[in-house]
Amino acid sequence: MTHWIILPVVLPAILAPFIVLAARYHITIQRVFSVVGVMAQIVLGIGLAWQSSDGTVTLYQLGDWAAPFGIVLVGDRLSTLMVLLTAVLAMFVLLYAIGSGWDQRGRHFHALYQFQLMGIMGAFLTGDLFNLFVFFEVLLIASYGLMIHAGGDARLRAGVQYVLYNLVGSTLFLFALGALYAETGTLNMADLAQRAELITADATVGIRIAAVLLILVFMIKAAVVPLHFWLPSSYAEAPAPVAALFAIMTKVGAYAIIRVYTLVFPPDLEVTAGLHGVWLLPAALISIAVGMVGILAARKLDRLVAFSVIGSMGMVMTAIALFTPEGIAAALYYIVHSTLAAAALFLIVDLVRDSRADLRLSLQPPVAGAAMTAGLFFVAAIAMAGLPPLSGFIGKLLILNASFDTDATVWVWGTVLIGSLIAIVGFGRAGSMVFWKAQSLVPDEEEDRQETEQEEPMQEAPSILSYVAVGGLLALLVAHTVFAGQVIAYTKTIAAQLFAPDTYIETVLETPGKLSDKKAEKY
Amino acid sequence: MEFLVASAIGILTAGGIYLLLRLRTFPVILGISLLTYAVNVFLFASGRLTIGASPILIKGVETYTDPLPQALVLTAIVISFGMTAVIVMIALGAFLGSNDDHVDDQPEDDAPRAEDAT
Repeated sequence: MTHWIILPVVLPAILAPFIVLAARYHITIQRVFSVVGVMAQIVLGIGLAWQSSDGTVTLYQLGDWAAPFGIVLVGDRLSTLMVLLTAVLAMFVLLYAIGSGWDQRGRHFHALYQFQLMGIMGAFLTGDLFNLFVFFEVLLIASYGLMIHAGGDARLRAGVQYVLYNLVGSTLFLFALGALYAETGTLNMADLAQRAELITADATVGIRIAAVLLILVFMIKAAVVPLHFWLPSSYAEAPAPVAALFAIMTKVGAYAIIRVYTLVFPPDLEVTAGLHGVWLLPAALISIAVGMVGILAARKLDRLVAFSVIGSMGMVMTAIALFTPEGIAAALYYIVHSTLAAAALFLIVDLVRDSRADLRLSLQPPVAGAAMTAGLFFVAAIAMAGLPPLSGFIGKLLILNASFDTDATVWVWGTVLIGSLIAIVGFGRAGSMVFWKAQSLVPDEEEDRQETEQEEPMQEAPSILSYVAVGGLLALLVAHTVFAGQVIAYTKTIAAQLFAPDTYIETVLETPGKLSDKKAEKY
Repeated sequence: MEFLVASAIGILTAGGIYLLLRLRTFPVILGISLLTYAVNVFLFASGRLTIGASPILIKGVETYTDPLPQALVLTAIVISFGMTAVIVMIALGAFLGSNDDHVDDQPEDDAPRAEDAT
């Protein structure tokens, strides 16, 4: 048993208290440790992904206790891919936070950032539903702190909404766990998978309630309509690097749905037939509609991007809701794409915010470094709206292809294609208003002089590091497009592993540890 | 006993949800507290209700109560307690900052935007 797999959780858990306690007043030391920590995460992520790429399921038993009794971490293809994605995203977002000085506008940014990473990594790696809850709470507590980082009334108000909504979500999660435990007597996912099969047809009430409660919780996290109301204002009001990091948080919900509803409640399980398999797809399609219409209707640039996140989560959930290997493979490709694209867009919005009075889509003087920022926005908007040649287009093509043979073809194709058109119009309108028409604006000279005097400090072009961070994210998107063939081949093997969970279950339950030897059986 | 516990959970949940749907932060936070109490009792009951049984192995004892829900409840209590403290602080900050404790976005936030859109 190697200890590598727990390091993505332990490393930030050590770094964060160190940053708080030892480097409290030294922003440079904080930055160095934070960046080094995230770099180590990337190396770990690559290592773990490489290790599991041949289909091996890595198991880590904490304290060497055997599976249903002890806590386990499990690394398979899906979770290691998500760990790697998180680490890479965290790197660029952190660079942006340092480059733009966001980490200095309030206290403890880096410590909270590390705690947030700890929660996300743990949620991806855990093999136990109660630990999933605990790691959800870890990432949520850190995100509450990050969400109201740098303060401000509007941000605090949005923070209240965000925290309240998530508290309700956590309570629902506990209700679901209680119901599951009452029905099956275990919360280990592999064990649950075995016991859910044994439930007879006349005793399914409890388990069906538990399954529905659980997917509701994950839908809150994934911001699927009608549980998306927390997202627009909290993402719009959160500090830009935080909003960009939050791009992975909605994917935690999507990951949890993929994991639990292929392993514990697979689509062909009889006791939960006719539940999530029936109404997840309509909810996802409505999410696309709400997100895309929101893009068109948004009056501010940050809200526009927040709604595009809802739309892209709708795309992801549409592909997941098909519950076929092709659907999951397409969803995973789209998850990587939409995480990077959404993060890049939030950062670009911040570049724009710095040199404008506000983010309303109205005529204002051009932003500082307009050509560069406009170019980046153009590329990111193309990716997000799903226009060729970038990966959003390939992702949507995969989703359309995956839904081709199903009953819902017409609905999926109609919603995705019309939604994309609306998104293109929305992004085009916003881009031309903010970047293009601004160039034609010739303000009065008197007013102009006053404004330039007032806004002198704001007109500084953003630092090079900020551009490097945004550019890096977009470069990853381009790489995601260029190597689409290899990535899709890999996501297909992930989906194949998910739909053949026997290896996972055997590895978790039959690896020996304490309490699994003969001596223990006499108790 | 089952009826008593079940109805207690039910009443707590109903009261919690009612308060959750109020407009101002104070009742909403109270509602969340009620909900967390309900879920704690619910979790506790998920290991079946027994009286006077031991949760750990003792020689010669035949009936045990399930120790795992007790551990789960302890975790849940700590987390919900901490979370309630956090939300009280954030809500207080938001209230002192904007002198308004509505949970939802107020329409006046939108008013200047509506004028500007033309």
